[in-house]
Amino acid sequence: MSKSNFTRRGVIQTGAIAGAGLALPTYLRAENHTGFTNAPGDSEVTLGFNVPQTGPYADEGADELRAYELAVEHLNGGGDGGMLGTFSSQVLDGTGILGREVKYVTGDTQTKSDAARASARSMIEKDGAIMITGGSSSGVAVAVQALCQEAGVIFMAGLTHSNDTTGKDRKANGFRHFFNSYMSGAALAPVLAAQYGEDRKAYHLTADYNWGYTTEEAIRASTEAMGWETVNSVKTPLTQTDFSSYIAPVLNSGADILVLNHYGGNMVNSLTNAVQFGLREAQANGKNFEIVVPLFSRLMARGAGENIKGIFGSTNWHWSLQDEGSQAFVRSFGTKYGFPPSQAAHTCYVQTLLYADAVTRAGSFAPCAVAEALEGFEFDGLGNGKTLYRAEDHQCFKDVLVVRGKENPESEFDLLEVVEVTPVDQVIYEPDHPQMGGADASLGECNNGA
Amino acid sequence: MTDQSHSTAPLSVQQAATRNAPLARPRAGRGVLGLTRRDATLMLVVTVLVVFAPFILNPFPETSALAQFNAGYPDLMQRFVIFGIFAIGFNILFGLTGYLSFGHAAFLGVGSYAAIWSMKLITLNVIPGILFAIIVAGLFSLVVGFISLRRSGIYFSILTLAFAQMSYALAYSVLTPITGGETGLQIKNTDTPLFGGPESGIGRANLFGAEMGNSTELELGNWLFTFNLGYYIAGAALLLAFYLSIRIFRSPFGIMLRAVKSNQQRMNYTGLMPKRYTLSAFVISGMFAGLAGGLMVAMDTQVGPERMFWTASGEVVIMTILGGAGTLLGPVLGAGFIKYMENIISKINKDILHQWFAFLPDGMEDVMVAVVYPFIGKGWHLTLGIMFMLVVIFLPGGLVEGGQRIAAKFRRNKTQD
Amino acid sequence: MDQIIVQILNGLDKGSAYALIALGLTLIFGTLGVVNFAHGALFMLGSFCAVILSRILSASHKVVDPDRTDFLGNPLEVDVFYVQDWFGEAAGAAIMEWAVPLAILFSIPVMIGVGFAMERGLIKHFYKRPHADQILVTFGLAIVLQEIIKYFFGANPIQTPAPDAFRGSLDFGVFLGYDPLTIMYPYWRLVYFFFSALIIAGVFAFLQFTTFGMVVRAGMADRETVGLLGIDIDKRFTFMFGLAAAVAGVAGVMYAPIVAPNYHMGMDFLVLSFVVVVVGGMGSLPGAVAAGFLLGILESFASMPTVVDVLPGINQIIIYLVAIVILLTRPRGLMGRKGVMED
Repeated sequence: MSKSNFTRRGVIQTGAIAGAGLALPTYLRAENHTGFTNAPGDSEVTLGFNVPQTGPYADEGADELRAYELAVEHLNGGGDGGMLGTFSSQVLDGTGILGREVKYVTGDTQTKSDAARASARSMIEKDGAIMITGGSSSGVAVAVQALCQEAGVIFMAGLTHSNDTTGKDRKANGFRHFFNSYMSGAALAPVLAAQYGEDRKAYHLTADYNWGYTTEEAIRASTEAMGWETVNSVKTPLTQTDFSSYIAPVLNSGADILVLNHYGGNMVNSLTNAVQFGLREAQANGKNFEIVVPLFSRLMARGAGENIKGIFGSTNWHWSLQDEGSQAFVRSFGTKYGFPPSQAAHTCYVQTLLYADAVTRAGSFAPCAVAEALEGFEFDGLGNGKTLYRAEDHQCFKDVLVVRGKENPESEFDLLEVVEVTPVDQVIYEPDHPQMGGADASLGECNNGA
Repeated sequence: MTDQSHSTAPLSVQQAATRNAPLARPRAGRGVLGLTRRDATLMLVVTVLVVFAPFILNPFPETSALAQFNAGYPDLMQRFVIFGIFAIGFNILFGLTGYLSFGHAAFLGVGSYAAIWSMKLITLNVIPGILFAIIVAGLFSLVVGFISLRRSGIYFSILTLAFAQMSYALAYSVLTPITGGETGLQIKNTDTPLFGGPESGIGRANLFGAEMGNSTELELGNWLFTFNLGYYIAGAALLLAFYLSIRIFRSPFGIMLRAVKSNQQRMNYTGLMPKRYTLSAFVISGMFAGLAGGLMVAMDTQVGPERMFWTASGEVVIMTILGGAGTLLGPVLGAGFIKYMENIISKINKDILHQWFAFLPDGMEDVMVAVVYPFIGKGWHLTLGIMFMLVVIFLPGGLVEGGQRIAAKFRRNKTQD
Repeated sequence: MDQIIVQILNGLDKGSAYALIALGLTLIFGTLGVVNFAHGALFMLGSFCAVILSRILSASHKVVDPDRTDFLGNPLEVDVFYVQDWFGEAAGAAIMEWAVPLAILFSIPVMIGVGFAMERGLIKHFYKRPHADQILVTFGLAIVLQEIIKYFFGANPIQTPAPDAFRGSLDFGVFLGYDPLTIMYPYWRLVYFFFSALIIAGVFAFLQFTTFGMVVRAGMADRETVGLLGIDIDKRFTFMFGLAAAVAGVAGVMYAPIVAPNYHMGMDFLVLSFVVVVVGGMGSLPGAVAAGFLLGILESFASMPTVVDVLPGINQIIIYLVAIVILLTRPRGLMGRKGVMED
């Protein structure tokens, strides 16, 4: 049966047959074309950058978009080449991808699954995009990943931290470079135990949705393994802005650590409220009361201002890293835009390069060939040290940064300091780990589309 | 709460004529399918529009810079008709009775959940899924309507809003086992429906084996037209919904609903039970919403709770008012307008602007790009907000009135010739 | 028990925010009969008055510091604040720190101006239009306002802290005979509560005891008759719109240190404030205030861990649940007048 999700737009737009189709209706079937969705023409290839441009994560989306534009520039041979020079795989030479100039289309996910899928579908159906990438929340990532699986294009996830993306909702056509809740927990727990002691009682406030659940589960599991006790965990509505009624009971609950499994605006507000209620100065069980924020983002840290100082968390990447790749990226991003890139920008830039590299190594745009080239791919020089794209779940395994809010920032971007680089061996897990959907989770079969 | 009769805005002649038509000649001149000639013409126009939408919405050749404005791809065409159905249903309640429900998205969402569970558990055929969606949404709207209709005006609006917000909040959090929480529900390769599951891989929504994603493409010179099976199924549903809406508008039941709007007290005195009529209208419009929800799942097998958030309820209110509340065609136009803005304007980026204005001298090009840039891409909300204000200020009857004014102008010109 | 006291305090605090917004909304509903979907945007603009003033006060020029470098290795440009140039380092720092309280003074004329402009320029033309049209036009306006703010200030929250003098918490429990450090409550939140009470009392006193207020109340009850008496009610209504905008704006300014302002905070509050107004009863100012505090306190109680353990998810829906119960038992909310927005 023909399932022609695919279109000939990519071909027509490049002018390969422009004017040739002399009003003769061409009924296209699966047999008479290249065998995969949106096969590009000979001169151009279109990528789809699907990021939040409206809504609470619009600033992160804007930073992601900047990184994508930079990546396209570098792939097409413009600018200073950025990480192309430091990437361990040297097959990309600045002539686009497989000799085709890289074009791109953009869309707005609105941080809503429906809108994100609509935008992704329009890129696939209308613009002939061969790969979709981006996003700034796990719900959107899971939804768009499932769509790309159905349509037969590659999805390179942007910022998504929930275990589910490459856990129970993993898909053969989807790939994630960003780290996840499990890794945050595994990296943070030893540092926290060393800093605050092993005899601690933790109180969790958790955003009431999937990412919150997986993060709480991961942090609890790792810290309890270190000897911590979890006193209580309370779920907070995602739409909450004033967390006072959740923060107030914490102080007298017998806990001496507050873990805020919140992200974005939730994190900014809950942390601000916690500081207002004097938790940072408080004493409990004869110890200083401490606050932990498992997932940090510099953009959001800025929203929390002074309150972030001295607070531990984890992050995927930070611009102050001194390795060659990071420095090259920060230099080209900073020169172009005037400020350092965020971790969201970094992961999006890297994902674009990884995709282009995989296509080049595979010698084909066909999703299954690209997936094969990415699976088990080991690389270096992209800012996180030696990294592995694991074949079993399409998750990248690399070192994780444990960071702390900086006490004396030198500029408005200098908010986090790297406390420890947790080596990859400490954060790796089995593909069928219970937090990752257990034995039931499977990638399914890769889909080339029509 | 909306009492159109207070409106001092001059009703255009046609509008008044359309509204009064059934009252003036209730039984006379019924032709095809029980429609008056005027209605039959309207129905025909809508049918032609739906059937030829792949051509009409793709006016620009693929190679031109204006191809950006083409809307003739399956996803957007499906959305046009699905939200058209949603708005038509909403208009049966709001346009006729004046009861402003601010929680209609809940019915769409509940319908969607019903449809996807039907596909996960029973069969991937879309027909049972859509029927389930309609039934479940109908039952849910019966409960919500029964309670909310004990109040009127803004009290009614807030009651419906409260039910919808509760549905949203619970679907997002506590009901995660049923709703999938934030991530929502999708068809998975582990799903094993009772009938006709896939041999391997992920099942796809189909109609007796023909998948919704199936498309045939027609290439004419630089034009490429896509005919998508899913779109035509949704389009058929729209035509049916539109036909039902005409019949309801013109029926004695519709007249009763208008009576509720203009004077409920008088209705009470004459011994009629307004609540029975409004509840029927509420449930009918809830079922339309369920149909839309079911179709959404049929076209794209995914549900998320944000489909029930108050902004989604607000959107259908705005679609209806923007297009022209109480008119037959208005809600469909409003739905199309908003979805077009959302999907087309948001995708224009700076690069595309530079292409458009490339013919200008360098300095001018940059100025033009800088002027237009805040209104496109991430600024599409701004454009939307401005359009809302302009339409409501200058076209009190919504887009339909705009169309009528243009039509009237043409007619005048013709007579002058 | 101590937990209950804390949650009552939280409830009063939340409630005063709800009450202030609902008060402004009801003033516009009640006097002008306009459904103002842009009211949340006015609250947001108020919050951004604080942000804008603190930006103005911390206006700076760049001085290159040759000893330090920025992230690209170029010499670091250090911001030097004008207020510190003019008033000296210490006084300048103090002025910047007190930006939020100063913003109250700044916001009142600004918000009254915004209110006047809105009423004269737009709302005036919609008095006689259906409510549906009012919703559409004010919703459009709200989107435009928030997009303008987003264009200039971005989408992320912007921290606008209260002055140092108000940081930290008051040991509230000691007054009630508890051990020290049992019930701690942040100073700024207490300030917020008392300040709100002051504004609410001020608005009531103004309407109750001044001739102007009397005429407005008469206009709320029967606009036509007041007009026939030869009183120019229009001018007064314009003023009322300005007042409502100022109340929303001041509520926003004071709220900025509690929740960092972002461009969509108005939409977050919009639906909630409508629920509050309607639960209070249409056209009733005391009703709006009472409903604000009631819902605030109930919301705080519902989010206590012990309550959520028994009824999972109750914290998500409590406000709507209470709204439904109240509207079903009391047809016009707590104190609604007959016939207002009922048809």
